[in-house]
Amino acid sequence: MRGLSQLVFVGPSIDWWALLPQMILLGAALLILLVSALAPQRTSGGFSTVTTLCAAVTAYFVALGLWSDVQTEGPSASIASALGVDGFSIFFTILILTGLVATALIAHSYLDREGIDPPEFYALLLCSAAGAIVMASANDLIVMFLGLEALSIGLYVMIAMHARRPEARESAMKYFVLGAFSSTFLLYGIALIYGSTGSTNLVHVRDYLGAVVFRDQHLLMAGMALLLVGFSFKVAAAPFHFWAPDVYQGAPSPVTGWMASIAKAAGFAAFLRVFFGAFGAHNADWSPVVAVLAFLTLVTGSVMAILQSDVKRMLAFSSISHAGYVLVAVQSTADGGTSAALFYLFTYTFMVLGSFAIIGAMGADGEHPLDRYAGLGRSRPVLAMAFTILLLAQAGVPLTSGFVGKFQVIAAAVGHRSYLLAAVAMLSAVIGAFMYLRIVMTMYVVDDGAEGPSPTLHWTVAIVLIGTVGFTLLVGIVPQFLIEFAEDAVPVLIRG
Amino acid sequence: MGAVAVIELLASQSASSFPVLNAIILVPVLGALVVVLLPNSRPEMMRPVGAVFASIAAAMSLYVMAQFSSHDAGFQFESIQSWIPALGINWHVGIDGISLWLVVLTGLITPIVLLAVDPHHEPKSYTAWLLLLQAGSFGAFLALDLFLFFVMFEIVLVPMYMLIGGWGYEDRRYAATKFFIYTMAGSALMLVAIVSVATLSAGEQGITFDVVELAQRQALSTNTARLCFLAFALAFVIKVPIFPMHTWLPDAHTQAPTAGSVVLAAVMLKLGTYGLLRFGLYLFPEASVWSAPTLATLGVIGVIYGAIVATMQKDLKRLVAYSSVAHMGFIVLGIFAFTTQSLEGGILQMVNHGLSTGALFLLVGMLYERRKTRAIEELSGIQSAAPIFAGFFTIVMLSSIGVPGLNGFVGEFLVLIGSYETRRWWTIIAATGVILAALYLLWAYQRVFHGEPTATDEATPDLTLREGLTLAPFIAGIIFLGIYPKPLLDRIEPAVDGLIAHIENHSDYERPSPAAPVIVDHNQLSGDDH
Repeated sequence: MRGLSQLVFVGPSIDWWALLPQMILLGAALLILLVSALAPQRTSGGFSTVTTLCAAVTAYFVALGLWSDVQTEGPSASIASALGVDGFSIFFTILILTGLVATALIAHSYLDREGIDPPEFYALLLCSAAGAIVMASANDLIVMFLGLEALSIGLYVMIAMHARRPEARESAMKYFVLGAFSSTFLLYGIALIYGSTGSTNLVHVRDYLGAVVFRDQHLLMAGMALLLVGFSFKVAAAPFHFWAPDVYQGAPSPVTGWMASIAKAAGFAAFLRVFFGAFGAHNADWSPVVAVLAFLTLVTGSVMAILQSDVKRMLAFSSISHAGYVLVAVQSTADGGTSAALFYLFTYTFMVLGSFAIIGAMGADGEHPLDRYAGLGRSRPVLAMAFTILLLAQAGVPLTSGFVGKFQVIAAAVGHRSYLLAAVAMLSAVIGAFMYLRIVMTMYVVDDGAEGPSPTLHWTVAIVLIGTVGFTLLVGIVPQFLIEFAEDAVPVLIRG
Repeated sequence: MGAVAVIELLASQSASSFPVLNAIILVPVLGALVVVLLPNSRPEMMRPVGAVFASIAAAMSLYVMAQFSSHDAGFQFESIQSWIPALGINWHVGIDGISLWLVVLTGLITPIVLLAVDPHHEPKSYTAWLLLLQAGSFGAFLALDLFLFFVMFEIVLVPMYMLIGGWGYEDRRYAATKFFIYTMAGSALMLVAIVSVATLSAGEQGITFDVVELAQRQALSTNTARLCFLAFALAFVIKVPIFPMHTWLPDAHTQAPTAGSVVLAAVMLKLGTYGLLRFGLYLFPEASVWSAPTLATLGVIGVIYGAIVATMQKDLKRLVAYSSVAHMGFIVLGIFAFTTQSLEGGILQMVNHGLSTGALFLLVGMLYERRKTRAIEELSGIQSAAPIFAGFFTIVMLSSIGVPGLNGFVGEFLVLIGSYETRRWWTIIAATGVILAALYLLWAYQRVFHGEPTATDEATPDLTLREGLTLAPFIAGIIFLGIYPKPLLDRIEPAVDGLIAHIENHSDYERPSPAAPVIVDHNQLSGDDH
């Protein structure tokens, strides 16, 4: 017996409290699936939505508790340093939960209208959110990859759930193939990093790179390059952005919103954590490459956006150019750059979710032409004003959160002495503004007597709009609290 | 008696503690919110309610003018509140002799325009946008923090864009977008420059966006300062607009509704010249001196080019728009001549241009209301049908030409006299612009008001009392400033002198010493005779 007890496997200590947000989400997903299997007639949209919202709110309170723990006791890690609990991961947890609440509310009336089964959708949404949280908090490349797959697999199905529409299936197929493609890049990169540093744990990688001078770092460079390509696919940075417009256009609008906001934010979370945390010592190697990516992404996104005539495609390209701004902040390799990137992602999430809430309400066919919005300013002035504010915020007009975000990105770039990139970022904002103004003009400038559309706005969507527009203006006028929040959320890699 | 004492007490208290400049900015915003919350069933209430709020702001700007101490070169009524401490940004507002009259102008124009011009549809959003435009313009003229200035400088685009797009004429979509994109493109690089100036001047004292503080630090190297100046200048050159960046202006002016044109001409163009003074000359004295020949040249080109192109216009509103290009060129010449008189004249001319061009746009708008056309060739002989209208038009036109006795003369004369000392050839060429202004305006007047009236021209109704009353303040200002500009110049001069002294301290520029009076010694003369 004594000998045997020594052989008993002793697992790493697990901080269950820190895992609670993900577990609540997954538990809710299981609950929805279980109830829908046992009592299919009871599980209307209402039950799934309410369960999702309750789970998100509970997880939100847990995350707030964790945040205050981290602020008082410092960051920690759990499960053999595989999962980090720091300001960074909780920042993204809160962001993801906010996106979850908004998407659940938007999807509620959308699914009802389009006749899609709610329970499966919400279960997948919850799994995908849990995956995103894992991605943002992973201290290990393999765990990060698991989170990424959980996020993506949920998304593949959610995109295709509109089974009667061929565009949705095409879109899902495209996303699946290219997503799998990018995953192989990531995996190969992880393998090469493991080969050159002897571990997949980010803490170990960082310590190793800080201590060892390579005689020959080809393997490491190749690994970093492949990881960069993989992440660029996920955040839709040029020249790895080709999937985005088609997929965004074909997917159901709430899912597009989820992809443009949370999937992108989670991609950037992993990006920042790996490159700032683990590869910080080698930032002179990757920063110029990221600068080139940022340049390409900004220009491609804004120039292509003005050539579109489909609103969803317009916003897809605009979402690409917004990834460019975040990359401008990332390439500055400073803590100021990280907090600028976090601030930008947080505010952009609100803008894009609000925009796709409106797009979802305006109709869901595969085509989403600009003409559909003609005269909205006259027929539904409040809705048009909400959309205008969200669009102008994305254009970076002052007194909206978008401006403060751009301002910080520019400040980060100037701090890194990348004046040229800062100038390119601002000029592409002007090009992008042309596209947003086109939508605004379409809504407001109509010939006399023309009737505008009057979409039905479900109250859940109205809540999302009030929240996103209110937050956009609030942060635009008094941004101090969010700046501090982002500054406290710089990633810290710590051995558990 | 007691009431007077109470009022005096309040006045003395408020002068020291009440943040009147913040109130000036916020009252129109409040007004816009109130107008938005008014019931849609009462469309006739919108403009009067809006005008009340705009008038309160105007009254406060007059109060500031009354309380302004005229021999103080520094900023008065200053107010600093911490805004975004994480980035070193404060809500810092203040007023000096350079901004004082522009603030008063902004205050007075908006209520007049609100009451004078009927939007014909959607009066609620129209009123709200005009009020926000007023608030943003106030903010831009009062801001002493670069971040705050940039916010205000950009935010005024939105109401103007909406006004052009919502209430403009046939090509409004194109004009509004062009206006927005042009101006935004200009300010894009300015934002990079703002951040660069603040970051590079940070040093040990920490980052700040405070204009006064940055102007004192002067921490940038010569080349960096010049680059930053160019980025600032580009934004303002587009806003003024200075040739060759002016192409948005005729479109925007022509397509904008009358109220938009008036505010655009009277207030928003001044943001450009004001920005050159406050942020160009004040923050980058050396770079301003370095670039002065180029900018003065562009200004003079604008004077001549604007006048020539205005002569050839077939559209009355476009003609006035090009005359703006010419007038603003004068102001730019005055600014970059760096003498007390030229700068004084430039600032005075900003006010003058606001009055005369604003009134011209109002008159053209009234003519359009009557005739539904702006084409010069479709109008003739209006004088006989509408003599009072023609009379008002004559006064405003003569002011715009710069006839002595009216305000335009004083400003142009000061600019010419002041610039002659430092930029002789530029001044001589610009002076011909005065003659050209007479040419295009008188010719247009002749074609529209003289000649053989057709039947429709005969039927053109004359000014109503209401329209006359809206124009009266403009006419009063035009005549008053023409005869007695001293109150304005007294308040402008200390600030201008301080600015030139600042430039002299931080660059190798020296203003020409006043010519020594020639003392004729008669004895000596007679002695020589012998």
